[in-house]
Amino acid sequence: MIRLTDTIAAIATGMNQGGIGVIRVSGEKAIPIADSIFVPKKKGREIRTLDTYTAAYGNIVDTNGQMVDEVIVLVMKAPSTYTKEDVVEIDCHGGMQVMQHILQLLIGQGARLADPGEFTKRAFLNGRIDLSQAESVMDLISAKSDLAAKTALSQLKGSLRDKIDVLRKNLIHNIAYIESALDDPEHYDLTGFDETLDHLLENMEQEIEHLVRTAEDGKMMKEGICTVILGKPNAGKSSVLNVMTGRERAIVTEIAGTTRDTLEEFVSIQGIPLNIIDTAGIRDTDDIVEKIGVDKSIEAMQQADLILYIVDSSKALDENDYAIMKQIADKNVIILRNKMDLPSVVSDEEIQSYLNKPVIAISAKDQTGFDTFYEALNEMFFQGRLSYNDEIYITNMRHKEALQEALESIHMVRDSIAAGMPEDFLTIDLMNAYERLGYIIGESVEDDLVDTIFKEFCMGK
Amino acid sequence: MNAIEETYDAIVVGAGHAGCEAALALARMGQETIIFTVSMDSVAMMPCNPNVGGSSKGHLVREIDALGGEMGKNIDRTYIQSKMLNQSKGPAVHSLRAQADKAEYTRRMRMTMENTEHLTLRQAEVAELIFDDAENTAIDKEKIDVFQGEHPIQVKGIRTKSGATYYAKCVVLCTGVYLNARCIYGDVVNHTGPNGLSAATYLSGSMEKAGIPLRRFKTGTPARIDKRSIDFSKMEEQFGDEKIVPFSFTNTEEDIKREQISCWLTYTNETTHTIIRNNIDRSPLFSGAIEGTGPRYCPSIEDKVMKFADKDRHQVFVEPEGEFTNEMYIGGMSSSLPEDVQYAMYRSVPGLEHAKIVRNAYAIEYDCISALLLKPSLEFKDVDGLFSAGQMNGSSGYEEAAAQGLMAGINAARKLQGKEPIVLDRSQAYIGVLIDDLVTKKTKEPYRMMTSRAEYRLLLRQDNADLRLTEIGYEIGLIPDERYAHFTKKRELIEEEVARLNETMVGANQRIQKFLEEHDSTTLKTAASLADLIKRPELSYEMIAPIDDARSAIYEKDAKVWNGPFAPEIMEQINIELKYDGYIKRQRSQVEHFKKLEKKRIPADICYEDVHNLRKEAIQKLSEVRPKNIGQASRISGVSPADISVLMIYLKA
Repeated sequence: MIRLTDTIAAIATGMNQGGIGVIRVSGEKAIPIADSIFVPKKKGREIRTLDTYTAAYGNIVDTNGQMVDEVIVLVMKAPSTYTKEDVVEIDCHGGMQVMQHILQLLIGQGARLADPGEFTKRAFLNGRIDLSQAESVMDLISAKSDLAAKTALSQLKGSLRDKIDVLRKNLIHNIAYIESALDDPEHYDLTGFDETLDHLLENMEQEIEHLVRTAEDGKMMKEGICTVILGKPNAGKSSVLNVMTGRERAIVTEIAGTTRDTLEEFVSIQGIPLNIIDTAGIRDTDDIVEKIGVDKSIEAMQQADLILYIVDSSKALDENDYAIMKQIADKNVIILRNKMDLPSVVSDEEIQSYLNKPVIAISAKDQTGFDTFYEALNEMFFQGRLSYNDEIYITNMRHKEALQEALESIHMVRDSIAAGMPEDFLTIDLMNAYERLGYIIGESVEDDLVDTIFKEFCMGK
Repeated sequence: MNAIEETYDAIVVGAGHAGCEAALALARMGQETIIFTVSMDSVAMMPCNPNVGGSSKGHLVREIDALGGEMGKNIDRTYIQSKMLNQSKGPAVHSLRAQADKAEYTRRMRMTMENTEHLTLRQAEVAELIFDDAENTAIDKEKIDVFQGEHPIQVKGIRTKSGATYYAKCVVLCTGVYLNARCIYGDVVNHTGPNGLSAATYLSGSMEKAGIPLRRFKTGTPARIDKRSIDFSKMEEQFGDEKIVPFSFTNTEEDIKREQISCWLTYTNETTHTIIRNNIDRSPLFSGAIEGTGPRYCPSIEDKVMKFADKDRHQVFVEPEGEFTNEMYIGGMSSSLPEDVQYAMYRSVPGLEHAKIVRNAYAIEYDCISALLLKPSLEFKDVDGLFSAGQMNGSSGYEEAAAQGLMAGINAARKLQGKEPIVLDRSQAYIGVLIDDLVTKKTKEPYRMMTSRAEYRLLLRQDNADLRLTEIGYEIGLIPDERYAHFTKKRELIEEEVARLNETMVGANQRIQKFLEEHDSTTLKTAASLADLIKRPELSYEMIAPIDDARSAIYEKDAKVWNGPFAPEIMEQINIELKYDGYIKRQRSQVEHFKKLEKKRIPADICYEDVHNLRKEAIQKLSEVRPKNIGQASRISGVSPADISVLMIYLKA
């Protein structure tokens, strides 16, 4: 669907920058939408009361009135703005989760996540930027749309796609049934159908709610900084991962070589999204199963944005350690000197003489030293040394938005059923849910309905 | 002897449902018009099902009527049974359907045509189109290339098989299923149109010579069976409605009420299906003797049996073809199987054991165009003055044909008057949806109207077709002053009354609470408007009369115009408007958005190759459809939202 004048919102600053994060809202309802989530420090400085090009200081609050972040908002009124529409800028303290949270609050209040290049597109269509800039705008739109589409498809996990496919097939089948009955009432009877449908929709709601939660956890797509945990067998890689994720995930045993395959985990450490790949310990091995795991580890290592290198401080450095250190010299690395709960035989200096990277002493068993580790991580991120593809993140946001819209549509169908509305009213929102779900897997609607009607139902005299 | 030469303002080729509406619109709009038919006995003929209307098609008929067309009036005077379908569902899908007396329908339409000023009827086969080219039809290769481009050639008239030439600035093609028609059952092939009428065998060639590509579609019809050979005791009787709703807004129930004739319902069974399966190799559809693409919504019985193998029976509707004939139409069992198989299969159906076939079932194949060649006005993009409507455009159904015929006739007349064409959009009418789909989407089969194709169907109801379109019909000149005055009064009454009901508050007093209790409705906590009460499912405008004190005064005021208390159609509008207010508002806001995109026009001479960053597929699709505006462009399959953004930026720049 092409929308021209609704209100759009997006994070304006890059995801990898530290310091201040800027979220921009533009459109007819920019001011009331931003106003609804902002509480000024000083009474009378509500966004709706501000003059153009004035700022206010206050808090962004969620729907329960809980504070999300301290911010400065800047109001710019049409037509003297970049887009020639009303624009509100929210300057927050940055941090992925805070910005994401604020953006979601804005969406909850009726804004829509901006399409790639949409601010610039509006600026152009509203006559703000001149003709010579037109081509670069088009470049931007097509390149970004392409990337977003590719990202959406390649990053979408297969199982999720399957789930959405099933939901959609179910929806279109039921829409087609209703439509067949409307089209050929002497053939198809809708008596009692409402109840069946309501029951089905109840289940669907649960499934979509589950998917929304998955999206919230960032598990829908492999987003975040690609992080690989390396270390020789039994250095405690899986234990470190378990501390970071806060749960027993990998199989942790005393026997070297128990992690046979790479495991992937998404965690958010102080707002920094990490997609962690736990690897099998790297060592020269004859065990074929383990060999495959080791090969995968090396491959993952080469693609990593960040490497967490675990050293067993209770054992002397050996050939395996030297081999690893050689391979990761030009990477972003944090060295974790693990097993500090045991007598230490390796020093920071010794390690750094082979690999000049920050070393942090931890004990995964006692869960100590992690605060220092997280601080180091934070520093790296906000210095801009670590970054990731924010298109993936944005796509994930879009997916969540689409899921919530689908869910909302299904709620509305159930409300209509409860209110005893005739079936032809139901298909409007059912179709909307179908369309929104299709957006996630990159399918448009086209002639699906008519095709399904004819394929699945025997019509006509 | 010299050949006949005559000149008219407009020529209509074909006098089926599209042709009749086109010719009547042209003549009524003051254009000297001649209409050609292969047989005067086939004017407005119904060669297939004996009814008008039905789901979504009923909507089309009411819209035709609101615009000043003839179909609604004609069926109102010639029906033998009438039914409002889907009455248990929402008002948007209520659909009127009437069984027609076929002979009477044809006779009355012909009479209307014969007595219309500026209209000439002529029985002759049109063999050739004449263009403003020296050689008339022999357009050379170079010319064809031009033809595909931006400079349209001009149509000049037609030539009949006998060599007579008729000149006109506008020609409307309504050739139905007659171009190179072939009727087929088993291994019998007749090169005729329906009912043995002669096919048009020359016109296709003339069109192809002019560079207009043709394609081949097919459809089919069931057998007709002698009533005296049917045992109705084995079938379920299907009655018409007691309350008759006319198609035409000019008629009231009293005007057209009559004794109705029943239809009958029976079913196929396993025996029927076995007979079909055992003989399927003898079907020309399966053997490949038929190449045309048939409609999925109107499958032959052999299609149904093969495709839906799990269904152990299919409905069979036995419907009279008229009041004064014994022929019965066997709805649901169209076929192109050989004659002997037809006998066996029909006779396996309960009630038809001793059936005597009057006319065999058959499939028919014909030439038609892809409507992508047309503008939304139904004029050819590349042939100035040439219009096309009905099955010729790849649609199917009497109502779809009539709707297009009316619009093509109107737009041909407007062209002659030097006025802008009338293009209804998707938010205004089913007619708008129908034509927009035809000229925007590549239809792979004969296109039939369906309510699911109308995205704004809550607004496009059959009950409010007059409110949506009478204004346009009046502006065009097809709605007489008196009818228009009557209509504006109705519209005014509805608006005033809805406003009054929204404003009139009732308090939570004893009288109101008692009324609500009596009607099993929740009592009031605070004051509410009368409109709020009407919104309750258990109440209606009619029901709240006892607590609506000002109403009697209003009744008196308008007693003269609307015949005592408000007419039922006015009360219906008030109820729908208020009860479905929330949904209607939502659709209206969607329409607002839709209109914005429809207003963004794309220049006719745009070269999509020049649009930087447009994807190849989009360039190809857009170049083929040549959409009028951004809205239409966005509906073309294969054109993505990003393509539209790029296109909008290009247009702005």
